[in-house]
Amino acid sequence: MKNEQFNNRNISSDYFEVDIADYPTTGWGKFKRVVERTFKLELLIGLWVVLREMFKFDTHTVKYPEEKMPIGPRYRAIHEMKRLWESDAERCIGCGLCEKICISNCIRIDTKIDENSRKEVSEYSINLGRCIFCGYCAEVCPELAITHGGEYENASDQREHFTMYEDMLTPLDKMKAEKQLEFEGFGAITPHEDERVKKTPLAY
Amino acid sequence: METAYLIETVIKIVVILLVFSALAGIGTYFERKVLAFMQRRLGPMNVGPYGMLQFGADAIKLFTKEDIIPTNVVSPIFKIAPIITVSTAFMAAAAIPFLPSFTLFGYQVNPIVADINIGILYILGVMGIGLYGPLLGGMASANKFSLLSAARSAAVFISYEVVTGLSILAPIMLVGSLSLIDFNNYQIENGWIIFSQPVAFLLFWIAAFAETGRTPFHLVANDHEIIDGFGTEYSGMRWGLFFIGEYANMFFISFVIPLLFLGGFGDGSAIGAFLFLGKVAFFFFCFLWARAAWPDVRPDQLMWLCWKVLMPIAIINIIITGVVMMEG
Repeated sequence: MKNEQFNNRNISSDYFEVDIADYPTTGWGKFKRVVERTFKLELLIGLWVVLREMFKFDTHTVKYPEEKMPIGPRYRAIHEMKRLWESDAERCIGCGLCEKICISNCIRIDTKIDENSRKEVSEYSINLGRCIFCGYCAEVCPELAITHGGEYENASDQREHFTMYEDMLTPLDKMKAEKQLEFEGFGAITPHEDERVKKTPLAY
Repeated sequence: METAYLIETVIKIVVILLVFSALAGIGTYFERKVLAFMQRRLGPMNVGPYGMLQFGADAIKLFTKEDIIPTNVVSPIFKIAPIITVSTAFMAAAAIPFLPSFTLFGYQVNPIVADINIGILYILGVMGIGLYGPLLGGMASANKFSLLSAARSAAVFISYEVVTGLSILAPIMLVGSLSLIDFNNYQIENGWIIFSQPVAFLLFWIAAFAETGRTPFHLVANDHEIIDGFGTEYSGMRWGLFFIGEYANMFFISFVIPLLFLGGFGDGSAIGAFLFLGKVAFFFFCFLWARAAWPDVRPDQLMWLCWKVLMPIAIINIIITGVVMMEG
């Protein structure tokens, strides 16, 4: 199954107004309508439609655990932490914007200065029991580090179900295989961004 | 002779009970599948191949569920109501010839429990008593939805008893007997009654939907208005008995309609028997078909249909039949 059929929101042009007759007010009018409806055999049309569908056998069932619907690249499920393509280093710079903007207060970040005097994330957790998957963290992230992934099947034995930095971070072997997918939702760079960006003079 | 007759009758009763209890369950499987296919779904798929064991899973669930008697119900009546429904449904089967008589190991078997001379009257009467199941169950339930359902079931059953009785009167006048065997034999000689009495056939068929409480007239337990109606407070096998009663009724009515109007099982040949079962299957299918295609009518529309449309037509049909018979 492809995404296109779900993404097409253009209503077709063969819509038409249904011609609905006025409701009969007189007894004779009501009687005429009953007789007309009876002998036009309108009821049989409904029967024919369902019978036709039965023999067509054009089912739309997705047998869920075995089959899954495709989800869009903008889908907002469990968060992911991306790595840099060039160096495989973590993109997160520990700025804390995601913690600041999180409207359900589910992100906690703690940083420290590492041996190279660079800021490093020492603690990072998201409380998925509180998270409403609004996507603000992904939108605000200046480094495109925290994003949403497509993993929507979650279960937990408690309401406070946390996901930690290490779980969200793209594994190194996946990074080496160049399988990391960029997020296309909120905060992602738009297509042809390179052509549109203007150079900042050094004087600023 | 007396002992042999007793044993034969008991065996017949047991076979009918077993076959139709099982058919009621298998009927639910067919209903789910037919409805699913008509609504472009797949229906039960996971229990057994193509979900065929779903019925077994349902049976296990119903039998092992706790039988809850709520606090405020009138307990004896509450307990006995589902038994009334299911027992009247099966009692009606006593006068239905399910197949032509056949020979088994040199023994002549008539697949009818009792060929009483008031057959159709007995069937309609006993099915009419089936009203007490929903009525008593709903009134004893101490639940306003159940009470509404009880009131509706009384209204619907009593009204449509009139239509069934009047519509069947014209064919009875033609045949001159109330036994279904006589109906069958009359149709061998004179052709199917549907050709001489098409209006009576249509009326009886429409009334059959109301008598069994199936979808265009499914007001007795209309899910979106009154939850499960009289079955709301029931759980476990007591609810299951209501269910078996409903499906057994559907099957028995599906047997009665071809017997009355469509030539029955014919002259007793094997082809006639298979054709008969085919007709029964068609009428059972129509119950499911109508459920997939049509919405429910309102209660007032149901009464309007009964008293202002169907009953006058039935009476006119009787008068015309009488006049024609007098002329002829």
